Amino acid sequence: MSMQRRDFLKLLGVSTLVGGTGGGALFNVLKPGAVEASSGAGFKSTSGKTWAMVVDTGKFTPDQYRKCIKACHREHNVPDFGNPKDEIKWIWTDDFEHSFPGAGHEFMDEELETLPFVLMCNHCEKPACVRVCPTQATFKRASDGIVVMDPHRCIGCRFCMAACPFGARSFNWRDPRKGGFPMVNGKPVIPNPEYPTRTKGVVEKCTFCPERLAVGKEPACVEATEGSGALVFGNLEDKRSEVRRILAHNYTIQRKPELGTNPRVFYVIGG
Amino acid sequence: MYDKGKVIVGLVVFLGFATFPFYNNIGKKSAVPEPILKTPVIDRMLVKKCIEPKEVMRGEHMQILDDWRDLVVREGERKKMTVGGVEIDTSLQKGCLHCHSNKKKFCDACHNYLSVKPYCWDCHFDPKERDV
Repeated sequence: MSMQRRDFLKLLGVSTLVGGTGGGALFNVLKPGAVEASSGAGFKSTSGKTWAMVVDTGKFTPDQYRKCIKACHREHNVPDFGNPKDEIKWIWTDDFEHSFPGAGHEFMDEELETLPFVLMCNHCEKPACVRVCPTQATFKRASDGIVVMDPHRCIGCRFCMAACPFGARSFNWRDPRKGGFPMVNGKPVIPNPEYPTRTKGVVEKCTFCPERLAVGKEPACVEATEGSGALVFGNLEDKRSEVRRILAHNYTIQRKPELGTNPRVFYVIGG
Repeated sequence: MYDKGKVIVGLVVFLGFATFPFYNNIGKKSAVPEPILKTPVIDRMLVKKCIEPKEVMRGEHMQILDDWRDLVVREGERKKMTVGGVEIDTSLQKGCLHCHSNKKKFCDACHNYLSVKPYCWDCHFDPKERDV
């Protein structure tokens, strides 16, 4: 018995509608809002707090860049192998063109073009890294929207590194305790004995310091620039918070907004 | 059978060597590990006790640590608790090791005896011993 192509397609359509499990799943995926739901769109925190950061590059002194990066990397025992291939970074700087690709042009303000911008994990509203993580080692915390790493669960697949459009994630190619810290008497000197190190084979990134937030402190980088207003940390859901005030009264941009991850780190331009 | 004498002597010598560890230790007790409970913080305690009775801690401490890990890292619940007048965090480094500040003589004593190598210490360490 031969079947006309037309009849075959009809049969296929009918069997899908009648409720083959495959067909049902397809309809569920295509339901309006299903894709957005899986990406955490329209995030609403359970505690009325969504942490965000405002970076005012104009208020940084040349010394402060170094200071806030050092404060973070010391606090979290971020290793330094002295080689860009193995580099681990939570917070770093880059120029306008590389921080905000597509936002500049050839005649733009030269000062702005050459200024270093402090970059870190954006703690996106719709984080791509969270969507791809197969073990939920990286997840968006329901209480305050920060994107946290659980290194215990990380299997080192590096999907998150491929997914993150901001280069905020670093992989531990080597054991941080072997070459990542200065050695004294054959033992690595861990800068902050209160905080663990990581191990070979896990990914790490800026976490907005949940261990400090828990005791009412601001992140380490913010504390390092205290008083200058260069880094301002606060609750995005509170209309009277400092971050909301700055965002309402200044021209601010996000990194790569066209990708739709909606970063929670904002940059004041021309303050 | 050729070389009967040599073969039998060889077998006896081999069996003697192979079973030496067993008959050498017959009737002897092997050194049972004794985790040391003497640290500055424990000495100051009015009532010397842990968060659970000794037997529970001995058998279940890994499960407790696993639960703590989920509570702190995933739920963000960093509760403080008071044990024998000492306040500790829900934490391996700031909880357990606050009192048991002698990892080598406490944790490692049993772990080495049982030849278990928990990978906690790949990342965590005793801040006082700085044992990394």
